[in-house]
Amino acid sequence: MGERVFKQHDKEPPSSQSSDEESASNKSDNAIRVDLDSILDQIDEVLEENAEEFVKSYVQKGGQ
Amino acid sequence: MATPKVCGIETEYGILLSGADVDPITASSLIVSAYKDSSWAFASFDASHERPAQDARGVNLDDYLDPVIDSKMINTVLANGARYYVDHAHPEYSSPECAGIRDAVLFDAAGEHILRESMNKANERLPEGVRIDLFKNNSDGKGNSYGCHENYLINREMPFAQIAAFITTHFVTRQIFCGAGKVGHESPTGVVDQAGYQITQRADFFEELIGLETTMKRPIVNTRDEPHCDPQKYRRLHVIVGDANMSQYATFLKLGTTSVVLSMIEDGAFPKHLLIAHPIHAIKRISNDIELQEQVLMADGSRMSAIQIQTELCAAAHAYAETCDDTGLSTVELDEILCEWQDTLDKLSTHSDDLVAKIDWIAKLRIVEGTRRRHSLRDSDSRLKAIDLMYHSLDPKVCLANKMGLLSLYGDVAIAHAALHPPDTTRAYFRGRVVDKWFGNIVNANWDSIVFDVGNRPLQKVHMDEPLKGTRILTESIIDGATSVEDLLARLGEQVFPSSTL
Repeated sequence: MGERVFKQHDKEPPSSQSSDEESASNKSDNAIRVDLDSILDQIDEVLEENAEEFVKSYVQKGGQ
Repeated sequence: MATPKVCGIETEYGILLSGADVDPITASSLIVSAYKDSSWAFASFDASHERPAQDARGVNLDDYLDPVIDSKMINTVLANGARYYVDHAHPEYSSPECAGIRDAVLFDAAGEHILRESMNKANERLPEGVRIDLFKNNSDGKGNSYGCHENYLINREMPFAQIAAFITTHFVTRQIFCGAGKVGHESPTGVVDQAGYQITQRADFFEELIGLETTMKRPIVNTRDEPHCDPQKYRRLHVIVGDANMSQYATFLKLGTTSVVLSMIEDGAFPKHLLIAHPIHAIKRISNDIELQEQVLMADGSRMSAIQIQTELCAAAHAYAETCDDTGLSTVELDEILCEWQDTLDKLSTHSDDLVAKIDWIAKLRIVEGTRRRHSLRDSDSRLKAIDLMYHSLDPKVCLANKMGLLSLYGDVAIAHAALHPPDTTRAYFRGRVVDKWFGNIVNANWDSIVFDVGNRPLQKVHMDEPLKGTRILTESIIDGATSVEDLLARLGEQVFPSSTL
């Protein structure tokens, strides 16, 4: 399977990229468990008093 | 033998200016120019040869359409090979073309980084009380949508009607893992309902099966035929049906699975019974079913859920990978795509909590539902829509996606590096490197050419018709060794890219 078209690239990723890269496969087995309550606390903190005003003001020109 | 899956993502960002009455085109210009003014190197983008009205079905609709391209406005090529400009009243970042899915994820994330830097720099310039906020989303919740488009290199020989027929199945059903989630329902003419939750930002806006439009009557399969490379060999499939993802993992799955399915179509390995009877109806029904139970009518009269369709597609992809010698993807990436695709489908079937850290619509749903229950809010409470918008904010203090601990393929260091340096394995390497080294001698650049000013002689145009040339391996020593643009062009010769005198 596969002629390894991009094998060279796999061998030689830029150093700063490779050292910072994480494996999707490895991480997926150790999924990050998020603490919902703590996130909801943070959301309550940042959720603006004027959520209605914020939502109303968010008007965009249509694009593609 | 499938075409190497060179791909990239272009994103129009949502823009909100508060504290002053400024039109969004001016605000978008402030964003792009703030970045440009602080950059070491950039070149002008030449959009004069673009033909967005060229239809893959063989006609040109220039006479019938008036596509708004603000090409006269700020329009730049960056040192990472990307295009950064103002389009349709939004700042838009088009990533450099990448010859790998992980690279494409990285350079999409680099776009977020560049937009965030732009926002910070623009806000430093604005008077007190005035500020601009940017959002990586696709809808304002009021019937206005803006795009996140994917691009894939495919074989020109393949009949377009066949590509369109088969890829539609994937476009309608892949949303179960790459939808970004949305509070409420819209139509292209306005708000339908502020309550409720659906899987995608974009499904509400698709009204046609196939067509050239991108700003109205949007089609599931877009027929724009602008290859930006050798038109005899290639097409560029311009995909407008997707959502902008905050999750790098979702972006990886979106690009990866779509690349594999396109290779299967090119190699005649697409399971031909997997055709949906009414795709426009189905894309909305699936988007509106967060339990993933909806059974859509297939062309053969049977009914299947999106998970069942995706599971069959994924199984066919595994069989294809085992028998095909050249899938257009590296073996390493192909294995990773197939593994994560299967794992995600399994976890969607069991409603696994693992997906909260991977899939945008599930992460967003978790906090929308959590907040609604905690404060016993009505379904139409503005706070729920505010959460939807804040999920996509580029302000790290506000961004709710940040708080969800989303799985990342790349960290901040790699992303910041990719904002300034091009990918290694496509012509974007040459583009980015010469922009960085000789920006003062570049008259303009676009995806498939660069025009150099070599002093007292006529302008020299370098043609880059082949996306897989101009790579680091082919051009690094030439660029490093060249002492001037004239020297560069002499060293380049005809071996890498042909050039012509203008």
